[in-house]
Amino acid sequence: MKNRNGGFFWYEYGLGCLAALATAAVCVSMGSVWLPLADVWNAVFGLPVSKESYRAIIVWTRLPRVLCAGLMGAALSLCGAAMQGLLRNPLADGSTLGVSSGAALGAALSIVLGVAIPGLPLAGAAGMAMVFAFGSLLLILALAYGMDHSLSTQTIILIGVIFSMLVSSLLSLLITFSGEKLRTITYWTMGSLSGKSYSQALLLLGALVLFGGVLLSMGRELNAFAAGEENALHVGVPVRRVKLAVMAASSALIGVCVSVGGSIAFVGLIVPHMMRLLFGPNHRRLLPLSMLAGAIFLMLADLLARWALSPLELPVGVVTSLIGAVFFLFIFHRSRKGGRRPC
Amino acid sequence: MLRAENVTVRFGNRTAVESASFSVAPGQWWMLVGPNGAGKTTLVNALARAVPYSGGIYWEEREIKSFKSSDYAKKVGILSQINGIEYGFSVEEVAALGRYAHQSGFLRRGDAEGEQRVRAALEMTGLWQMRGRCLGTLSGGETQRVFLAQVFSQDPQLLILDEPANHLDLPYQQQMFSLIGKWLAQPGRAVIAVVHDLALARRYGTHALLLKEGKTVAAGDARRVLTREHLLSAYGMDVHAWMREMLSLWAD
Repeated sequence: MKNRNGGFFWYEYGLGCLAALATAAVCVSMGSVWLPLADVWNAVFGLPVSKESYRAIIVWTRLPRVLCAGLMGAALSLCGAAMQGLLRNPLADGSTLGVSSGAALGAALSIVLGVAIPGLPLAGAAGMAMVFAFGSLLLILALAYGMDHSLSTQTIILIGVIFSMLVSSLLSLLITFSGEKLRTITYWTMGSLSGKSYSQALLLLGALVLFGGVLLSMGRELNAFAAGEENALHVGVPVRRVKLAVMAASSALIGVCVSVGGSIAFVGLIVPHMMRLLFGPNHRRLLPLSMLAGAIFLMLADLLARWALSPLELPVGVVTSLIGAVFFLFIFHRSRKGGRRPC
Repeated sequence: MLRAENVTVRFGNRTAVESASFSVAPGQWWMLVGPNGAGKTTLVNALARAVPYSGGIYWEEREIKSFKSSDYAKKVGILSQINGIEYGFSVEEVAALGRYAHQSGFLRRGDAEGEQRVRAALEMTGLWQMRGRCLGTLSGGETQRVFLAQVFSQDPQLLILDEPANHLDLPYQQQMFSLIGKWLAQPGRAVIAVVHDLALARRYGTHALLLKEGKTVAAGDARRVLTREHLLSAYGMDVHAWMREMLSLWAD
């Protein structure tokens, strides 16, 4: 199962990628209107399809949405796995630093007050979300660094929690004055993937390659962190640099995710746990596995969100929390009963 | 190999270590001894570059602050006092973490020599049979041995140990110290260890640094440092008389 570096063999990653692609195809074909899989294939490659109206649904509605779901799921899970490893805290995820609350506040401000930053490529709320995400990241890191030069995990977690609470109270205040705009704000706080475009998918892909690449390269360092920062330092890890890199990369990635699809709860928390229970804690495997599983998980959750009560659409955050919690309990239960646990 | 010159560590206005000086050469086993609060662990932390210090610590005439983390880890291995691990890592995985500094390149591929080292370290510490077990399922003594295997597979020239026999029963204590002695027997290696047990310090140490409230009471050859007079001034009690009294309980 594992090669000598603790990673997987290339063909195992290949299998995972195939599974993700297959899931994507199924998710494009299913929904309020059922489309044959063959048409999905043909439409993507510009071949004739059985009904011309299908082409528009596939190419302009479903495919960009499914792509966004997959990319976001991958990003959220990857950040969660990295942050859980870095902070040695099983309750951490990419939003632990408070970046996603900051981003949601930015979006809400834009919705309620109609503020938009002129000249930004993406429409008001998304642009504001991203600006606020990066603003929060800088503020939190500056605060943490100012209080504690060694950037200890306790300081980071505490500042993240305090910052999130502060921002949530501001958000609640805004919601009080929001009136009929409440629904749009909920869209940001619960997350939604409806109406996504290729440009957004491209933005996610870029962020995932750039920041996700940084996180993926940190597998060995994160393994060393599991035995404590002191131990990591002793085996030769440049502790502070790794910490800053992981926090900055995962927060930036989360910021981009929230600006595209709102803050989708639970994916980043639960997918890494599932992967850890199934395949062990070695980050060389855990990081790429979480990415693939996160992509599959969010694509399926989004399928359920738009399809279960169609034509009504559920916020995808509700679905991820529901299935996530149940599925996690199931795996946890099985592993406790001496099922297949790696050691 | 390693030379400390007037190393002073201050926390606020409290001085934890005051101008400690010593020089470690290959083949030597330095024991850091002294009563609680003497600054032994703080000195180890300074050697580990984990706390700021004034004065100088040199590895072959180069200030240790100027080393890259991974380069320093290739020379100096440190086993600290409190060790545990989150998530279910296996014995072998934890031991293999010691190879971190030796694996370079973007993908940090595993090295063949490293695998040999990890295996040798696991065999030496008697953990090879249980290499697949989760660290969480081990006893305190076994966990301590896993981290010793980690620092062995790191293959440093100088081993710094903070209370290596802490929480260990007598047979394990003996096992631990004879393992370290076996490691030291290879040429070009040296050990610095913090120990509380003065008998162990005397039995295994070639050299000793006796501290009291951060100040050096005596440093150098273990036989000349761990004398009755020095221990009396460091501990404020007649250690020799006490040990003799303890032994006399088994006299007949």
